[in-house]
Amino acid sequence: MTTSAASSRRPSRRWRVPLPIRALWERETWLATVHAIVGFPLAIVTVVTLSVLISLLASLAVLIVTIPVMLAIVWGAVRGFTRFQQGRFAAYLDVELAPVPRKAVSSGWFQQVKADSQQVSHWRQLLHHLLIGPIVQVAGFGAVIAFWSLGFVYSSIFFHNSLLRKHGPFGWDMHSVPVLLGYTAGGVSLLLLAPWVARGFAHLQTVLAQGFLSRNQAEQIARITQSRKEVIEAADAERRRIERNLHDGAQQRLVSLAMNLGMSRSAIKKDPSKAIAAIEQAHEDAKQALAEMRDFVRGLHPAVLEDRGLDAALSGIVARSPVPVELSVNLDKRPPSSVEAVAYFVASETLTNIAKHAQATAVTIEVYRVRDLLRISITDDGKGGADPQKGSGLKGLAGRVASVDGTLDIDSPVGGPTHITVELPCA
Amino acid sequence: MRVVIAEDSVLLREGIVRLLTSNDIDVVEAVNDAEALLVSVEKHQPDVVVTDVRMPPSHTDEGLRAALVIRKQWPDIAVVVLSQYVEERYATDLLSGDNRGVGYLLKDRIADVDEFVEALVRVGAGGTVLDPEVVSQLMARRGRSATDKLTPRETEVLALMAEGRSNLAIAGQLFIGESAVAKHVNSILSKLDIGNRPDDNRRVLAALRYLRIGEQ
Repeated sequence: MTTSAASSRRPSRRWRVPLPIRALWERETWLATVHAIVGFPLAIVTVVTLSVLISLLASLAVLIVTIPVMLAIVWGAVRGFTRFQQGRFAAYLDVELAPVPRKAVSSGWFQQVKADSQQVSHWRQLLHHLLIGPIVQVAGFGAVIAFWSLGFVYSSIFFHNSLLRKHGPFGWDMHSVPVLLGYTAGGVSLLLLAPWVARGFAHLQTVLAQGFLSRNQAEQIARITQSRKEVIEAADAERRRIERNLHDGAQQRLVSLAMNLGMSRSAIKKDPSKAIAAIEQAHEDAKQALAEMRDFVRGLHPAVLEDRGLDAALSGIVARSPVPVELSVNLDKRPPSSVEAVAYFVASETLTNIAKHAQATAVTIEVYRVRDLLRISITDDGKGGADPQKGSGLKGLAGRVASVDGTLDIDSPVGGPTHITVELPCA
Repeated sequence: MRVVIAEDSVLLREGIVRLLTSNDIDVVEAVNDAEALLVSVEKHQPDVVVTDVRMPPSHTDEGLRAALVIRKQWPDIAVVVLSQYVEERYATDLLSGDNRGVGYLLKDRIADVDEFVEALVRVGAGGTVLDPEVVSQLMARRGRSATDKLTPRETEVLALMAEGRSNLAIAGQLFIGESAVAKHVNSILSKLDIGNRPDDNRRVLAALRYLRIGEQ
């Protein structure tokens, strides 16, 4: 809103400094220049570090065991430098490089090193850090510095012509006005070109970084395919959960109810006391079935969540939790309903898990916004040891969170306490 | 009659035990998974086994697989499989081979206590009991070509025969005389080309042949 107001106030016919000159003090020019300058030490550090690591890897390769260790260190360094580059591009050029996906392997670090070494993206990053990046960064640094400094020096040559030797080639008098004018003209052209050199190198480096340090199209598609697969799996898991829940709960109750009614019907003439016992049992079954159905239906998607939002819905499950819960919900406006549903599912599933397994005496749930993320942080003082690889409940939780591109972090040392942090994007 | 029960839901397991005990059936053991069932059968050698299809650990068809093992290893032990859903494949698995002393019933049938107990007794005596739902599903799948041979009334009678009903019961169900039922049955047996074997079970055999399952 402010930008449109400002631009409408600006008189459209006002004379503006022409672009070639304006470029000299534009923000973009100077950020590109700083980008080029920072690129130089970064190139040196990157090349030296990776060269040392790789020669260490090569020279220690005689001891076979060191190969995976050194490889792990090299790949770690490669990823670290990539992150640094990402920061550099984001800070000076406002270019977001999409993070390169890393194939995660759950079975130990050795397998992870193997998977890392097999990933093309790692080799692509290495090639950039070791060769392409440094060449372009050093060249860019040299060119940008040369254009700016020579431009300044030559364009102001009248003020410090004593720096020049008196006698130039071809017997020229270097301090004569025509020669000095020529220097000035050259200096001014260098200065006028400097912004474009800086911007040009920034652009070139951006293109290269996007090619080498960022997700490429195939990886982007792979990522989307993966997340689509996760969404489908989460939906399937949810259907299975519903089927299981109905099968184990209400269905058995109803069979038992019908059976008890059948028993009482056949017993009522022969042995009324037996019939009464069976009717009592049937009554109990019917009440239990109702309670189970009610809990189950509410767990699926509570109406209050839709009407009143997360705070109200979470207050409801907190009130029903057998373990005392301290709840704080701090939201200025309501997140999208898909995010609310996942957040509710996370809280309700986690509370169920805590009640079932954790032996906790107190739980804290905090729901708040961090920039454009909804964060749900759940802590219990139970016995810990929650492992998403083992329990199907936690796996279902992870799938559900992934379905809206969220992240799930579980910190649960044996002996407790357990912290579960879920972040859901909600712009 | 000595019975072993396998059912993972505590509620139902205890309910069935209560139900059978109050009908003077001796429940020798009630277990909660297929593995324990096989151990128990080996130990007790009961007359009838009643098992749920879906049990731990995988909650798929371990009860049915256990039933097949029992039929193979101890052919004299009758097996009644209870299932939450009717699955044609389960029925055909169960009935392939010798189909004496086999029952496949929907769990809901427990509610009709007397009929359920009666079905158990029938299976225990070497009979075959199929859930009406199974029969109607299989019949529906057989399609029109099958009904060409039989009149609609005969098809109805056959369906009830497949459930293991007696002529008297069929007559009651269809509101016709017992002699009319007998006439239909004879007609069916001759149409399906099942000889006059001195085997009570040939009625079910007829139904199975009609449904094209259990033929060797």
